Amino acid sequence: MAKVVKTQVEFEGRMLEQAALLQGPQPPHWPQEASLEVVGTSALRIDGFERVTGRARYSCDVHPPGMLCGRILRSPFPHARIVSIDASRAELLPGVRALLTSTNAPAIRWKDGKLILDSLLSFEGDEVAAVAADDAETADDALSLINVQYEELPFVLDPEEALQLDAPKVHPSGNLMGGKPRVYDRGDIKRGLSEAEVTLEESFHTQTALHNALETHGSVTQWIGKELTIWDSTQGIFAIRSEVAEILGIPLNQVRVIAEYVGGGFGAKQETGKYTVLAALLSRMTGRPVQILLSRWEENLSTGCRHPTTQRVKLGAKRDGTLTAIDLHCVVPVGSYGYAGSVDGPARGLYQCPNVHTGLYAVRTNEGPARAFRAPGYAEGSFALECAMDLMAEKLGMDPLELRLKNYADKDPMTGHDYSSNKLREAYQLAAEKIGWSSRNPRAGQTAQNAPLTTRKRGLGMASQLWGGGGGPPANAVVKLNPDGSADVITGVQDIGTGTRTGLAQVAAEALGLPLSAIRVTAGDTRDAPFGPTSGGSQTLSSAGPAVRSAAMDAQEQLLDVASQLTKLPRERLEVRDGFVYDGRSPGQRKSVAELLGAFDNLMIVGVGSRGPNPVGYSLRTFGAQFAEVEVDVETGRVRVLKLVAVHDCGRVVNPMLVRGQLLGGITQGIGYALTEERAMDRQTGRVLNPDLEEYLIPTVLDIPEIDANVLNQVDPHTNNLGAKGIGEPPIIPTAPAIANAVYNATGVPFTSIPLAIHQVIRKRSVP
Amino acid sequence: MAELAAKPPSWLVPRGPGRTAIQLVVNGAEYTLAVQPRRTLLEALRDNLHLTGTKRGCGLGQCGACTVLLDGKPVYSCLILAIECEGRRIETIEGLERDGQLHPIQQAFLEADAFQCGFCTSGQIMAVKGLLDSHAEPTPEEVKRAVSGNLCRCGAYPNIVHAGLLAAERMGRGR
Repeated sequence: MAKVVKTQVEFEGRMLEQAALLQGPQPPHWPQEASLEVVGTSALRIDGFERVTGRARYSCDVHPPGMLCGRILRSPFPHARIVSIDASRAELLPGVRALLTSTNAPAIRWKDGKLILDSLLSFEGDEVAAVAADDAETADDALSLINVQYEELPFVLDPEEALQLDAPKVHPSGNLMGGKPRVYDRGDIKRGLSEAEVTLEESFHTQTALHNALETHGSVTQWIGKELTIWDSTQGIFAIRSEVAEILGIPLNQVRVIAEYVGGGFGAKQETGKYTVLAALLSRMTGRPVQILLSRWEENLSTGCRHPTTQRVKLGAKRDGTLTAIDLHCVVPVGSYGYAGSVDGPARGLYQCPNVHTGLYAVRTNEGPARAFRAPGYAEGSFALECAMDLMAEKLGMDPLELRLKNYADKDPMTGHDYSSNKLREAYQLAAEKIGWSSRNPRAGQTAQNAPLTTRKRGLGMASQLWGGGGGPPANAVVKLNPDGSADVITGVQDIGTGTRTGLAQVAAEALGLPLSAIRVTAGDTRDAPFGPTSGGSQTLSSAGPAVRSAAMDAQEQLLDVASQLTKLPRERLEVRDGFVYDGRSPGQRKSVAELLGAFDNLMIVGVGSRGPNPVGYSLRTFGAQFAEVEVDVETGRVRVLKLVAVHDCGRVVNPMLVRGQLLGGITQGIGYALTEERAMDRQTGRVLNPDLEEYLIPTVLDIPEIDANVLNQVDPHTNNLGAKGIGEPPIIPTAPAIANAVYNATGVPFTSIPLAIHQVIRKRSVP
Repeated sequence: MAELAAKPPSWLVPRGPGRTAIQLVVNGAEYTLAVQPRRTLLEALRDNLHLTGTKRGCGLGQCGACTVLLDGKPVYSCLILAIECEGRRIETIEGLERDGQLHPIQQAFLEADAFQCGFCTSGQIMAVKGLLDSHAEPTPEEVKRAVSGNLCRCGAYPNIVHAGLLAAERMGRGR
């Protein structure tokens, strides 16, 4: 009987109560000493051939016959009202097939309560009109022929200003999201601060960062009868399916979402975009497929960003370094209908501190919406907290690592629960050893006595990482075991580049007892797949992996039933390895799976599985530490990262090569976040100055230092039956604070805002 | 001479503003297509010829995802008009693998895990091919320079450099 269970699931810093339907067997935990043959190996990506040959079909590559090109006209102003809109000249242009404006678009309510094409516009890039034409050139021409009269309205960008009573209203309900700050209290913060012998108070600022996945957001839509197919560049095919079905008022089984290959997401592709719904509407109007692919410029105005933060941190400590208080006040502008990450997460959970207060103000502003961006909130919050810890260490005259160990959380400080596993101490130790921590400048800015006289100063810095990634239900899987001994693993997840297909294939091969080459994984199509989670929260593998293992186990049990009946051997004596069924008593006796199943015509075994509940009473977290060595030229202001050592704990490693890729990627983005990336806004006009890749500087191959990427590969004995946790987001978290702390160690000048761009460093230098 | 005067080179003939027929030679095959003169080589490859292995990341010559070889040199195909490419040799990612056999550069990218999402990969591979076709034994620094105009947001850079060197080594051995 299918059983419903309730369980706690953490997602990007938020705890959610989830109900799951348990189907299929729940396999026992794979212990550390389990001898696994496929899981744990650096198998090459099973979809690598497609990706290196250009054959991989991304949503932007889909071209159904008769496809029209769609384009969107966007607001040039941060806050405006459409007084009139005249599209008659555009409609007359040969090749224009359909046009949507606020005057003829259906009354679909969007996330901010406004209409999908509203006459009120609340950020530069807000959608004004959409057109579908025979080709891109005609669609572009059509946009330029739409005549819009705008009434510019007062706008607000600064969150402090937005909280004033007389500020322009971004939303009728007010600019403070939820009407109040999000507050967390542990112990008594006043007492904690008064008990402190040393206190530190500092304000930190982090910038707006842009995801810039190389494949921009976009959809191709096609109606066949009542059924809508959407090829979407998304991290969550099932999320898009349910959102679009609700928006258009059609049943779930008449929306099919396909994302066979996705050109990166990094958090910005978890929700339905207006472009998807507009394409679907234009498709319905014309009876033809419509493609809307956003330009880089549209991408960077409208599809999301990492919100900036202003964080005031107060720390209190005893002279021996014991923390008595962590107080965080943070203000986060989230744009017109954005989302605030868990900036308060690290302050709440990273250190064993009895008295903690956090207050987070999420404020609407006239900018494009903020979206989740790789470790949303934690990357920002860790920058402030971990830099504050180094300033505190300096005040105390303590080694920053020692200060962290002094306040090490052996249990989850928020719940008092044991961690399902926690190897942060080992991560600190190994990383410190590898970077040569003992050779650091003992005090910030105090270089070794015999250091040569130069304008270049070297320093070492470190920072810690805390994040979730334990995953949870719901996630389902189906395994079809074919008569020739090959298997199809059908999942409802998508592979956005992390290697999900490959990791799941390894789990399936291991659990089925088949070689990896016998496994095919279906991902990225809702139509025939059971539910799979969104690729977010570093939980795709830890959620979907156990479901695949459960389905594989179900299939293998049926295979053993079949084998036992055919061979007349007792079932308990049989085992499956490398595609053969062996008699445990006489290992020489074996029959291939193909031989067994091939005895029947088209005998297919179908296994069904699901992700079980999370363990009760444990906190599922991932940990890590990064140490950086930098060189700062105090004359030119240039910061160079010389070396970065990363050690992370994500439980069992299913594929070391893929995990290393995640580390390299997260650290690379972290280096960009620390040193060069910043969306620049013209405060006078409310327009973004660099929504491109020319002046928004993401790291190139020339910007990457030596990266020593390590994982501890210690199985988590409680989290799920794989013993594996996520690693997608953790590596970006400690990079920026580790670099900033290294710059502090090199120069003796605290840097409290990122990016540590040349002009920032120079500015600090000129202050005596 | 008389012949030349009678038939000026194609780039001298006024084209457009509407669609105009052009011939492109891509991966050794000749195609005739009708494009507006403002259509880029990238759009012609993807939208007219459905050779979608070449990707559009920005359309502004800032990311390198659309890199192809034009007369053997890597170019951003989003910055060049299709009509400019008549009579020139165009090589795209689709021209590398034959009968299921990967080109050594592709094989090296696969083995070195020199990609994640794969969206920049065609451009990276073509940039490396442009280098190796003219420099059989590059230094790591030369490989870095060759792909420094190709952004990889997933951050596979160290593996891309490794793949370039691995391919060079294997191709050198094959010579």
